[in-house]
Amino acid sequence: MSEIVATNQTILVVGGGISGMTAAIEAAEVGKQVIVIEKRASIGGRVSQLYKYFPKLCFPTCGLEINQRRMNANKNITVVTMAEVTGLQGEAGNYTATVKISPRYVNANCTACGACGDAVESEFDNEFNYNMDKRKGAYLPYNLAQPQRYVIDPQMIGTDDAQKAKDACKFDAVDLDMQEETIELKAGAVIYATGWRPYDANKIQPYGYDRIDNVITSVEFERMMDPFGPTGGKIQRPSDGAEAKNVAFIQCAGSRDRNYLKHCSRICCMASLKQTTYVSEQFGDDADVSVYYIDIRAIDRFDDFYQKVKDNENVKFVKSKVANIVENKENGNPTLHGVDTEGYNRYANEHDLVVLAVGMEPSVDKDTFPVEIKVNDEGFIEHDEANGGVFAAGCSSDALDVNRAVQHATASALRAIQVVNRVAKAEG
Amino acid sequence: MADEMKIGAYICKGCGIGDRLDAGQLETTATRDGKAAICQQHDFLCNEDGVKMIQADIDNEGVNRVVIAGCSRRAKTEAFAFENVTLHRANLREGVIWVRPDSDDQQETTQEMADDYIRMACAEAKYSKIPESSGQQGVNKNILIVGGGVGGMTAALEASKAGYPCGIVEKSETLGGATAQLHKVIPTSAPFADPAENPVDALVAAVEADDNITVYLNSTTTNISGAPGRFAADISTESGATQTKEFGAIVQASGFTPYDANQLPEFAYGKNKDVVTQLELEALAKAANGGAIKRPSDGKEVKSVVFVQCAGQRSKKEGHLEHCSGYCCSASIKQAMYFKDQNADVDTTIMYTDLRTPGAGGENFYRSGQKKGVTFTKSVVNEVVDGANPTVKFKDLILNEEAEVEADLVVLATGMVPNSGQPTRAELTIAENEDAAAEKAGEEVEIRVDVESILNLDYRQGKDVPHMANGFADSHFICFPYETQRTGIYTAGPTRRPMDAKQAMDDAMGAAMRAIGEAENAGLGKAAHPRSGDLSFPSFRKEGCTQCKRCTVECPFGAINEDEEGYPVYNESRCRRCGTCMGACPVRVISFENYSVDTVGQQLKAVDIPDEFEEKPRILVLACENDAYPALDMAAQNKLEYSAFTRIIPVRCLGSTSLSWITDSMNSGFDGIVLMGCPSGDNYQCHFVKGSGTAQERMSKVGDTLESLSLEKERVQTHEISITDIHKVPQIINDMADTIEQIGMSPFKF
Repeated sequence: MSEIVATNQTILVVGGGISGMTAAIEAAEVGKQVIVIEKRASIGGRVSQLYKYFPKLCFPTCGLEINQRRMNANKNITVVTMAEVTGLQGEAGNYTATVKISPRYVNANCTACGACGDAVESEFDNEFNYNMDKRKGAYLPYNLAQPQRYVIDPQMIGTDDAQKAKDACKFDAVDLDMQEETIELKAGAVIYATGWRPYDANKIQPYGYDRIDNVITSVEFERMMDPFGPTGGKIQRPSDGAEAKNVAFIQCAGSRDRNYLKHCSRICCMASLKQTTYVSEQFGDDADVSVYYIDIRAIDRFDDFYQKVKDNENVKFVKSKVANIVENKENGNPTLHGVDTEGYNRYANEHDLVVLAVGMEPSVDKDTFPVEIKVNDEGFIEHDEANGGVFAAGCSSDALDVNRAVQHATASALRAIQVVNRVAKAEG
Repeated sequence: MADEMKIGAYICKGCGIGDRLDAGQLETTATRDGKAAICQQHDFLCNEDGVKMIQADIDNEGVNRVVIAGCSRRAKTEAFAFENVTLHRANLREGVIWVRPDSDDQQETTQEMADDYIRMACAEAKYSKIPESSGQQGVNKNILIVGGGVGGMTAALEASKAGYPCGIVEKSETLGGATAQLHKVIPTSAPFADPAENPVDALVAAVEADDNITVYLNSTTTNISGAPGRFAADISTESGATQTKEFGAIVQASGFTPYDANQLPEFAYGKNKDVVTQLELEALAKAANGGAIKRPSDGKEVKSVVFVQCAGQRSKKEGHLEHCSGYCCSASIKQAMYFKDQNADVDTTIMYTDLRTPGAGGENFYRSGQKKGVTFTKSVVNEVVDGANPTVKFKDLILNEEAEVEADLVVLATGMVPNSGQPTRAELTIAENEDAAAEKAGEEVEIRVDVESILNLDYRQGKDVPHMANGFADSHFICFPYETQRTGIYTAGPTRRPMDAKQAMDDAMGAAMRAIGEAENAGLGKAAHPRSGDLSFPSFRKEGCTQCKRCTVECPFGAINEDEEGYPVYNESRCRRCGTCMGACPVRVISFENYSVDTVGQQLKAVDIPDEFEEKPRILVLACENDAYPALDMAAQNKLEYSAFTRIIPVRCLGSTSLSWITDSMNSGFDGIVLMGCPSGDNYQCHFVKGSGTAQERMSKVGDTLESLSLEKERVQTHEISITDIHKVPQIINDMADTIEQIGMSPFKF
């Protein structure tokens, strides 16, 4: 990795999801040197795990393909995957970042021919599918993964299978001796596009995510829809693989709640409305969907989408914060208990499957930022002069949907450019 | 030297290609049929050694057309990034060996597939030129900002900070826009508990102090011509004085017009003076200046106030707004605080159906409102009855009962109507404007609309940026929110989507970034998204042009104007290089250096067509390079098989498909043609907006052509393909193969 050239006119982008990619492309396409540090083995972040986008119901990989092509074609961008920023020192115009790079055990020779994957048998939890299925120990994270390069699971190192992977490769791409590396990079400005993670549903004890098979999260539901996902694109109950036509969505699962996340995660209403269309798409008139909500926050032009879903007779809306979920032991159905606040009626409703619209929390814990930075109670980075040349992009700044994250990341690129242009001017 | 074409073909034997295919045969095909001057085989072409081998031929042997026969054009792009050559890929991996079974009885047809792809890549090479800049580029990098509200000012200040001079054109006599009318604004930083200081004064002071920013007050843009890098804007004052200034790119931050509450007689607006809009309450709050807010009718201190959310919004009633304006919930909370912060005893009630305060800031502000004692009632307001005190009649949705309440003041949360100017010619339906029909017939008509233009673009397709639902400026909404259909013009703030001041400022900063990006790239002759960096541009052969105007009408980006004689005038930096104009041209005179009627047409002619009795049909697939082609690649990655008789050619957009490709391939003996483009319509997925839709419209008429050739219409099929249709694409191809088996081979074989 010693070939990476970085100066104090370089823009360091931490995180290669949609926000990081956008910021990197915007800066690089006006001639700035950009280094993208991505924790995972491929760029694309959470959007690569989504089936469709609201409100257009188009596919995230479509835009991802364009962004990846723009990145690949741009010589100003260097992407470092499986890497994390562990330290950041300095000030605007003069930062030094410490970057830890985990071994991929596959080098740039890889052609993604798939021979290593064919050769090995060991399987591990598939994090791309939120561990709902297994993947091989030598794998491409998903179809559109960039860099288009295999990964060897560290758990396989030292086993016969690892050797099999190495032997299967005709291009000397498998390097089982690869070691963790730590490098230092100069940068003039740093963009934190570290994104979000789904709130840990286990913490919402009354909903029994950890105890009831047929209670899943919204992000898992997205993976279920992917034809290459854990159920081959079928909406199924985890308990018995039966078709789940009667599906309940619980809004604000972990959001807008003092016990969990105080904030509104913004995206979950639209995400659930979108997911109701998945059920209708698969089961037509047999679909029986209920959305339990506090407020439906389908703001601005998204309201059209809400109206359309409301017009679907197979989708009911119940204004209620669900109190708890109990499993019907006989059929595995989760039973939702609560009060419908419109009229104050108690209910005990049984469903085939329950989807928790889990909230967004920032990926980086606010106490672990490697640099002094203004972070609010919710853990999001605030825009503040005191942050110097460090700028948030996308969901590290607030709970945002994709178009707002991209919008924010575009602005962040300009903030970073202002800093490096100042440096360039000073240096003549 | 550049004119002397020299093809170097390089055959990779890695990834199983060498095991599955006869590389010697491929080499013979490349040199004999493809006329490659040099052909070399390599076991591992994308590694350092392979790349060096190719580079050496470029440097020493004068190779300037490089044909890589190996993996897909989407793979190993960084390795094969040669300069000053054209690059062509024969897709032997994803296009051949991964989609065909590895068995002896299939070997012959698999090899034929590969041989054809070599011929096709060489044919493309032969008819491609290295893109050179047109020499048209303007290098002006100043940013024109239309609108001097908080968005416009922010765009100017931030662009200036990055070193780009800006001009702000503001229609009124002062900067500040709608935000200037606000007493305070929704908070923008933690703890999001109280209304925040209005940023207008600070912004105005900063703009005035910035030597890089020129402000044109009382002014509008009365004409904008040119293209990114060389826009010429006529900036005119009300009195008519006009000056022309040059700019590189444009940010349109023209804001919104408050919804006209006179359209809400059911809420007694206009009848009862104590029924006001949110904006009118701001004036009352400003006048109170921290003291008790007094109501308009009698100057009495307001002791009770009801906020009616979604007044004339989220409604399909005529004259109402269908959209939610997004900011009004927070705005009402802020305004309730104007009362509560001054006197906690004032009774403030917000009547809402869904309280929409998203994000960390939104929810904290809502909570702060609750803490301050603001009452939130989930209800639908049916009527406000006029009286000494207005009475609000509503249905309480929680108690499920009709109720009413009297208040000193009623505030209507009316929404935003975007200032997005005139619709384009294409947006005017025939019903709205009969001239649109004449226009379709190719007649020159004056566009008549009752909305004033904002930009006054001197563009053939209309004076403003095209609109989408509810009159907001259109954009590629999700992944690329700033990409309008007018290159180099970026909309920001409520003209793009409803939003508050803080969001408009953030939005304007992103738009400023895009404007800077486009000004820079236009200067280098590079295309904008999605073909960023592409140096090719369309040109036309004037002698053949019939001035039919199809190209100027169909360009999705309004890039092409017409000269006095009706010939197209290409504006390179307005062009996105999709080739829709090329597909539109009935006389085939439009081409790009490296993408033309010939670069594709010669490929399909290069395909070897076995005679009818060999029972080897040929299926041509024209696949959009953005979605269908990746889907085909991913099908291959998953080893999904499709017919060995398939020959796939990626196209920049299905909109670039020339009808001549269809007739030529039919005439040369292809048995079936499958066209794969992106989903079109309101929720279009086409990165060129209308390309795929236009193509589908054109192809719907192809049946007549087939009929004239006495061919079955099933032989040409158009499909909408998303990038995720990985299982569907091989199926479509195989279905076509079945269809051909049923209807028989084409009679047009030689």
